[in-house]
Amino acid sequence: MIQFENVGLRYGLGPEILRDLTFHIAPRSFQFLSGPSGAGKSSLLRLLFLTLKPTRGLITLFDHDTATLSADSLAVLRRRIGVVFQDFRLLDHLSTFDNVALPLRVIGRDEESYYDEVAELLGWVGLGEHMWSRPPVLSGGEKQRAAIARAVIARPQLLLADEPTGNVDPQLAQRLLRLFIELNKSGTSVVIATHDIALMDQYDARRLVLHDGYIHVYD
Amino acid sequence: MTSRVTTALRKGLARLRRRSQRPGSETRGDVHIVPRDSIAANALAAVVAIMTFLAAVTSGGVAMVIGSANEWQSEVAREMTIQVRPTPGRDIEAEISRAQALARSAPGVAEVRPYSREESDRLLEPWLGSGVVLDDLPVPRMIAIRIARGAVVDTAALRQSLTQSVVGASLDDHRSGINRMRGMAKTAIAGGMGVFGLVLAATVLSVTFATRGAMASNRPIVEVLHFVGAKEAYIASQFQRHFLGLGLRGGALGGIAAMLCLILAGRVSDLLGGSAGEAEAAALFGHFSMGFTGYVVVAAEVGLIAGVTALTSRQVVIHTLRNIE
Repeated sequence: MIQFENVGLRYGLGPEILRDLTFHIAPRSFQFLSGPSGAGKSSLLRLLFLTLKPTRGLITLFDHDTATLSADSLAVLRRRIGVVFQDFRLLDHLSTFDNVALPLRVIGRDEESYYDEVAELLGWVGLGEHMWSRPPVLSGGEKQRAAIARAVIARPQLLLADEPTGNVDPQLAQRLLRLFIELNKSGTSVVIATHDIALMDQYDARRLVLHDGYIHVYD
Repeated sequence: MTSRVTTALRKGLARLRRRSQRPGSETRGDVHIVPRDSIAANALAAVVAIMTFLAAVTSGGVAMVIGSANEWQSEVAREMTIQVRPTPGRDIEAEISRAQALARSAPGVAEVRPYSREESDRLLEPWLGSGVVLDDLPVPRMIAIRIARGAVVDTAALRQSLTQSVVGASLDDHRSGINRMRGMAKTAIAGGMGVFGLVLAATVLSVTFATRGAMASNRPIVEVLHFVGAKEAYIASQFQRHFLGLGLRGGALGGIAAMLCLILAGRVSDLLGGSAGEAEAAALFGHFSMGFTGYVVVAAEVGLIAGVTALTSRQVVIHTLRNIE
């Protein structure tokens, strides 16, 4: 599904922060992406999410060479990927429902066609009572669940999560992990960037470890 | 058939239920991806309103100056004067009648009015003072000619026929005065257009920077839309539509305020009509009147300023997206 071949990345004229990355992400797979702070986890996620272009190497996403795609084609490809940001990135002026529905709205779907889907998903992540609440009144955990719901509402083939348990307590972290496992079982490939060893120890999954700009894969 | 009706009814009820679940009276159409009433949006609308007001008042003033300048030119250009000097042994009244008849017969002449002896004497009063007996002096007599609006009189032919038929007659078509007036009017028009251009440029620049400022607070929205897979055109259209509405709202407010000010100035000017000062001001600057063209210009300014806000927001969106990538 995703193939990296000798991918390198540098910002401007600085040193190469990611070097010779060669790995693949298979359909329906589950992996943790880890490494020390500053190892380039977020940069690698941005490469996976097509908001950064590599300075060298080849990235193939859903059988497309990303270097040759137009901005519009990249946007269409991005719809097949869901992202959960560490800082949630919810829009404060929209309700939880409208935040979660955003990926469906931008593809031109009418509210009547997605209302039940969004309501059902919000119920599933435990936010049924907060459907019309705005993000500023939600707790950290509720915001995180809303962000996850937004990432998966369009049934993406790949889910990327950047430190999804960084702002929540261990109980909630465990619940969120179970949520990701459920999503994976329903067919979505999952990449969770984290340096939370305890979280990784809770689930036996493939590990991609970044160190000194190189990637080490532990299947 | 029955099942179709039932399905339609169920869908309608579901729609009503969904709408009733939204807080307050908010419906799907009320949910704006770009927030409508943020502080930045209101501040931008205020800037647009103020700048449109200034631009509209300037355009109204310039239109008034241009109208007055054109009026001066056309009024002066529509007048000519025949001067008949007394000649010993000739009956001046007969010469005046002949000159009058010649002038009347010239194509394009609307009105011919000879000045009487008393009127001619009065013309000299500013220089000689009143009460001076001028009976023994050879005071020239004047005939004022008014040209029909839009008509052109063959002054060369009229001058020639006057010289041939009337002793002591000469024709003054005010050419040098008109040329000076034309120069003055052109200077006034160029000055007015220059001021208008500067105000318009200042308006466009300040609206552009105010829009950029308002857009800065919307960067997170652009980013989130980008991350959820929205195409560039979709994101740009969301902001463009929002800022076009904002520009139209502010522009209409400023434009209407300017129109009301100009109409009020016109009414005040009419109320004060008849006073010596008002008459002189009207002669110099014309009347406070927008006219149809004035309203069209103000409407065009509102459209231009709204367009500038919309296009600037679009440019900022595209620039932001390029930065993200």
